[in-house]
Amino acid sequence: MERLDRRLGFFSALPLAMLLAVAFLAPLLVIAVFSVMPQRVFSLFNAPDFSAYRVFFQQGYYGPLAWSLGMALVSTIVLFLISWPLAYGMAKVFGRFTLVLTVAVVMSLFVSENIRLFGWVLTLMKGGLVEGHFRALTGVGFESPLYNVPIIVFGLVYVYFPFMLFPLAQGIAMVPDDARQAAADLGASRWRVLWEIELPLAAPGIVVGCLLSFVLATGALAESKLLGGQSVIVIADEIETAFTYGQNWPLGSALSMVLILIIGALAIVAVTRIDLDTIMGRRR
Amino acid sequence: MSSEPFLRLDNIVKRFGDFTALQGISLDINEGEFLTIVGPSGSGKSTLIRLLVGMEEVSEGSIWLRSERIDETPANKRPTCMVFQSLALFPHMTVGQNIEFPLKIRGESESSRRARALELLELLHLPADYYHKRIRQCSGGEQQRVALARALAFDPEILFFDEPLSALDYRLRKALEKELKDLHHRTGKTFVYITHSLEEAMVMSDRIAIMRKGRFEQIAVADEIYARPISRFVAEFMGEVNLFDVEGTASGGLYGHGVEIHANGEAGAADIALPQGERGILMVRPEFVRFLVSGETADFIVRGILREEYALGSRIQYEVEAASGSRLTIEKLREDRFAGAIGSEVVLGWDVENTHLIREA
Repeated sequence: MERLDRRLGFFSALPLAMLLAVAFLAPLLVIAVFSVMPQRVFSLFNAPDFSAYRVFFQQGYYGPLAWSLGMALVSTIVLFLISWPLAYGMAKVFGRFTLVLTVAVVMSLFVSENIRLFGWVLTLMKGGLVEGHFRALTGVGFESPLYNVPIIVFGLVYVYFPFMLFPLAQGIAMVPDDARQAAADLGASRWRVLWEIELPLAAPGIVVGCLLSFVLATGALAESKLLGGQSVIVIADEIETAFTYGQNWPLGSALSMVLILIIGALAIVAVTRIDLDTIMGRRR
Repeated sequence: MSSEPFLRLDNIVKRFGDFTALQGISLDINEGEFLTIVGPSGSGKSTLIRLLVGMEEVSEGSIWLRSERIDETPANKRPTCMVFQSLALFPHMTVGQNIEFPLKIRGESESSRRARALELLELLHLPADYYHKRIRQCSGGEQQRVALARALAFDPEILFFDEPLSALDYRLRKALEKELKDLHHRTGKTFVYITHSLEEAMVMSDRIAIMRKGRFEQIAVADEIYARPISRFVAEFMGEVNLFDVEGTASGGLYGHGVEIHANGEAGAADIALPQGERGILMVRPEFVRFLVSGETADFIVRGILREEYALGSRIQYEVEAASGSRLTIEKLREDRFAGAIGSEVVLGWDVENTHLIREA
C-alpha cells in the first residue's frame, strides 16, 4: 500500500517536475553555456574561451555587483528591523486586525512595481507632490531626495516589504507562547527572551524572509533606475545593458552566472541551517 | 516572625472584561508547605496561579511574599517559578541547556552551571548522559523531570505547578505523584500545586484548597475536607457521598426526608442538630454505611432495595434504592462482602460519629 502510494506520488509529480526542468533549468543551462563562449557570439556552438569572466574583472564589474549586494544587504537589515514588530503584532497581538493588514499589504502587490515606483517619483521629485506643495505654502523649497543611494534602499524596502513580513509573521507564530512565558518566569528580561527564545525559534521564518528579500533586492533593477536615476549602476543594470545595447550575450551570461552562484551559495547555506519543514507545515 | 505568613494573598480580584474570574481570594501559605488547589475547569485556579507567578495582573487586592508586596513585580523579577501544564520546555535547546537556562540568565559561569545541571539530573533520577539529549528525544515522563529540574535550577522561593501531570498515562502519573511528594520533602521548598484531580491532591498535599467559581470553598487538610466538607459542592467533589436534606424540628432534633433518625439527644449528637426550621444536609461516606441484620440498630436508618453491585478491586460498591426514591452508595472491603441478592430488601444504618451535618445557606 505504501509502495503504491509512493509510486502514485512519483507519477503525479512527474509532469510538473518535467515542466520545471524545461522551463527553469534549461534557460539556466543556456546561460551557463553562453557565459563561457567567446565575446559577442550569438551561437552556443563555439569553442569556449571563458573570456567573459576575464572581462568581469578587467572592466570592474565587481563595482556594480558590490552596489547590488550592499544595497540588498542594507535593505534586508532595514526590512527585518521594521517588519519584526509588525510581524510580531500580526502573529501574536492583533487578532482579527491581522487579516485587514494582510489584505492591505497583499493589495499593494496588485499594482505593478514600476507604476508604484513612478508614484514615488511623482511624490518626491522637485516640484512634485511633497516639495511642490511645501514650496507653494511656505515659499521655501528643498532638494528632492531622489536620485541618490538612500532612496534606492528605500525603494527596495518598500517593494520587498511583503516578502519579509509574511515569512517573519509565520516564523513568529511558531514560537510557543508558553516558552516565552516560561523564559520570563525563569528570570529572563524582555531582551533575553527575544534573544534566547524568540529569535532562535522564529529562525525558519527569519531565514526565509531575509533570503527572499535579499535575493530579490540583489537582482532588482527598477529601484535604481527610477528612484536612483542611475546615480549608481547595479549589476542587474549591467546585465541588461550587456544583453541589449552591448549585444554581448556571453558577458551578460557571465555576469548572471556570478550573481546566480553567489545567491545560490547563500541560499544553500541558509536553508541547510534551518528546518524548512517546520515552516512549510510538515509534521514530524 | 512565625506568625507572619510566607505567601499572603489578600482579597484578590481578577476581571477579564465583564467576567470576574476571581472574586476576592484570600489565603496564607506557609513556608515549606505543599498546598494543592483543586477545582473543576473554569473555577479560576489557573488564573490564580498565573497571577501568583506574574503572568497576569491582579485587578484588585495584593500578594505578599515575606511581607514584601510582589503583585506589581514583573514575572522575571519574582522569586517564584512555575512548571507549566505543557511543560514549556525550549525545543531548540538540549536537556542540559534547558536546565541551565535560569543560571545562564543569572550570569553563572559555564562550569558551575553544568555542575548544577548534572546534580539536578541526578536528583530527578535522569542519567547524566541526558545532558546532551534533545528535548524531542525524551519521553513524556523524562520531559516532566527536565521541566522540574529547570524549575529547581532557578531555586525559587515557591514552586508552582499547573497540572503538569495531566497529560501522562495513569501509571506514570501515580509514580510521579509520589516522586513529587518525595522531592518536596527532600528540597524543603514551598510547593503550590493545581489540579482538577482530587486523588492527586489527596496523595501529595499537606493542605487542600477547594476552588469553585473564583472563590475558595474550603481550605483544610485532606482528612478534614473529606470528613467534614463545608458544602454540598465540596462533599460531592471529594468522592462518593450520600446526602440527605434535613430540617431542625421543634424538639431540637432533626427531621430527614427518607432517613430515620434515632440519634436525637444522644451523646455526640450535639453537632448534628439544627435550630427549628433551618435546613441542612446530612452526609455519610459510603464506607461507613452498614447492612443491618434484623434486630440490629443504628443512629440513622434507611430502608431500600439492593439494586447494583460493582467490583472495584479491593472494594465492592453497592447501590441501594431507598424507599424515598433516592439512591445510596455503600462500599465494603472485599473481605466484608455483603451476601444479599440483587433485588432483595435491605436495611442500612450508620452511626452519628461518622455523620457530618452541612449547614448550608
